[in-house]
Amino acid sequence: MAKLAELDVESDLSQAIVEIKDVTFSRGEKTIYKNMSFSVPKGKITAIMGPSGIGKTTMLRLIGGQLKPDSGDILFEGASIPNMTRSALYDARKNMSMLFQSGALFTDMSVFDNVAFPLREHTKLSEELIRLVVLMKLQAVGLRGASELMPSELSGGMARRAALARAIALDPELIMYDEPFAGQDPISMGVLVKLIKSLNEVLGLSSLIVTHDVTEVLSIAEHVVIIAEQGVIGSGTAEEMLAHSSPLVQQFLQGLSDGPVPFHQPASPYEDALLTKGAR
Amino acid sequence: MDFLQKLGHKTLSRFASLGRSTRMLIGALVNIPNPRKGTPLLIRQLYMIGHQSLLIIMVSGLFIGMVLALQGYTVLVGYGAEDSLGPLVALSLLRELGPVVTALLFAGRAGSALTAEIGLMKATEQLSSLEMMAIDPLKRVIAPRFWAGFISMPILALIFSAVAILGAHLVGVDWLGVDSGSFWSIMQAQVSFEKDILNGIIKSFVFALVVTWIALYKGYDCIPTSEGISKATTETVVHSSLAVLGFDFLLTAVMFSG
Amino acid sequence: MNTRKIEILVGLFVALGVIAFAVLALKVANSGISGSGESYLLNAKFENIGSLKARAPIKVGGVVIGRVEGISIHPQEFVPVVNMKIDANYECQFSDTTSVSILTSGILGEQYLGISPVIASESARQSCLGNEAAGSSEADELDDLFGVDSKALKNGDMIADTKSALVLEELIGQFLFNQGGE
Repeated sequence: MAKLAELDVESDLSQAIVEIKDVTFSRGEKTIYKNMSFSVPKGKITAIMGPSGIGKTTMLRLIGGQLKPDSGDILFEGASIPNMTRSALYDARKNMSMLFQSGALFTDMSVFDNVAFPLREHTKLSEELIRLVVLMKLQAVGLRGASELMPSELSGGMARRAALARAIALDPELIMYDEPFAGQDPISMGVLVKLIKSLNEVLGLSSLIVTHDVTEVLSIAEHVVIIAEQGVIGSGTAEEMLAHSSPLVQQFLQGLSDGPVPFHQPASPYEDALLTKGAR
Repeated sequence: MDFLQKLGHKTLSRFASLGRSTRMLIGALVNIPNPRKGTPLLIRQLYMIGHQSLLIIMVSGLFIGMVLALQGYTVLVGYGAEDSLGPLVALSLLRELGPVVTALLFAGRAGSALTAEIGLMKATEQLSSLEMMAIDPLKRVIAPRFWAGFISMPILALIFSAVAILGAHLVGVDWLGVDSGSFWSIMQAQVSFEKDILNGIIKSFVFALVVTWIALYKGYDCIPTSEGISKATTETVVHSSLAVLGFDFLLTAVMFSG
Repeated sequence: MNTRKIEILVGLFVALGVIAFAVLALKVANSGISGSGESYLLNAKFENIGSLKARAPIKVGGVVIGRVEGISIHPQEFVPVVNMKIDANYECQFSDTTSVSILTSGILGEQYLGISPVIASESARQSCLGNEAAGSSEADELDDLFGVDSKALKNGDMIADTKSALVLEELIGQFLFNQGGE
């Protein structure tokens, strides 16, 4: 099965939008990734999953060029992100956008101006054209009625949808979602799942979702990468993952509290800690 | 050994932070901003930083001028020298109190607000999101705020001094009965445009640079949590106040000791 | 808040700053701008300058015509030399017999320099200004005849006739000495 998955990735390589090659990254003394490789196929919804605290958001920042790997290479549409000059990197970023966990709307502007912001910065469109584009994007996420509200007046789910409208304003090739479902009620979660899927189909872009909400993302992801222990432990379609032989993958997908990923943080033996005075 | 290691660590981290702050400032200032996009941003910040500080500056200036006149009068009248109230007030304001008190008030009013605003923008990932939109946050966020602070503070210091002298006139002349003619004329004879007014303005430009720089850097470099932001805001006020007083001594020694 | 309103308020802010600057420059420091015009330098040797300081005013009959530029010690004679910066309008107006004294305004006031001018003769003024040809007139010869060899003071000249500051201790000492003598 694992072999099959690998073959699948190999055949997709030719049309990969992002390729991670042998990346090692450490923060301070702690190694986060060690010789990690995977690729994100073009035009599909890819999910990167894994337990919290293993640096999934770090992966997005590496792809966005905000962080540089210690070694290895990251290709975006065939161009190496870590080796780009500053201006080339800024040009590349115009083709990708990122939906942050908090939405990251600019708090001093209305929803309308937030969505118009990248257009005003990067295009020379007239105000009238910008108005049309912004209304289209807001209609797509269902927030046209909230265009004059300030970000502080939006609920969490609405803020995330507004941020999504801003993320697609420039029609990017790739959207990266950082924990899009975290802290959402079932209704807004359903709305977001539907939106991500329909945007991917309608706009023909590639989506990269970083999450640990297994059920939601498995329902829409066409390609799944599971990260743990500083590397990729499995990748393939959702069905392949559910039938994966690795106990680590199974523990994660089924949400078991103990297994290869231990319930306890590494520590000295419990008895010793209790019986030794002053030990913590 | 532990002590040495701590000392080394402290020194290294101080230098690293100095380096980061310099890189931030240079990154913000190297490129001349596009006037079509930059001017509205600058105007908005001038409003937030400059105009919004007007009230506190004018009220404090009025009261400080009045207090100076009251205290100066009680001392001077003992020597029959109450006519020298004008130069006493004007010189202390133009050389010292105007630039320094304005800088301290500015650090508390505008500096802390800048740090908190930028810290929150960092915490809510607005800075990262600008970067991912291929917009340099140094140019978009830091640069207009820096220039607005740098321009605003000398203007505020001038307004402070002018209002304070009017306040001193109010108390000295209208209340305590110093002769209005000698108040102004002795002041004019003693105050030199280059030595006193221009040096005061130079001082407040230096303070503006220091306070705005510290405020922006503390916000930009803060740990993006609520605790980190509150710490950064406090540090802005403390560090920039101390820096202002330190630089004031240096500048005074260079400018007025001769 | 719309852009126009913000722009107006910022305009108000800057205008207030300009007004404050104008008030300070014109009303508070009048001497600065008008007095920063052209000037020339004179020197004077004193025995004792008391507490005269740089930037002390130089007055003729109470009217300020210049300021003390600097005070130094004469390298050979070891007496204080005062450099005076005087409005260029008065260049070549004073004769070299003019005297300078260090005076005090009020009992506790600042010390200043008082010039008791002797007006230079027309010929001396002309020769000082460099109009040599026009200078050799009858009046010139007349001066020569009476043995009056006065020159007008120009940039860099030294005033010979000086009166030092009165130092209180010396005065008291003198007074006591005189008392004892009687």
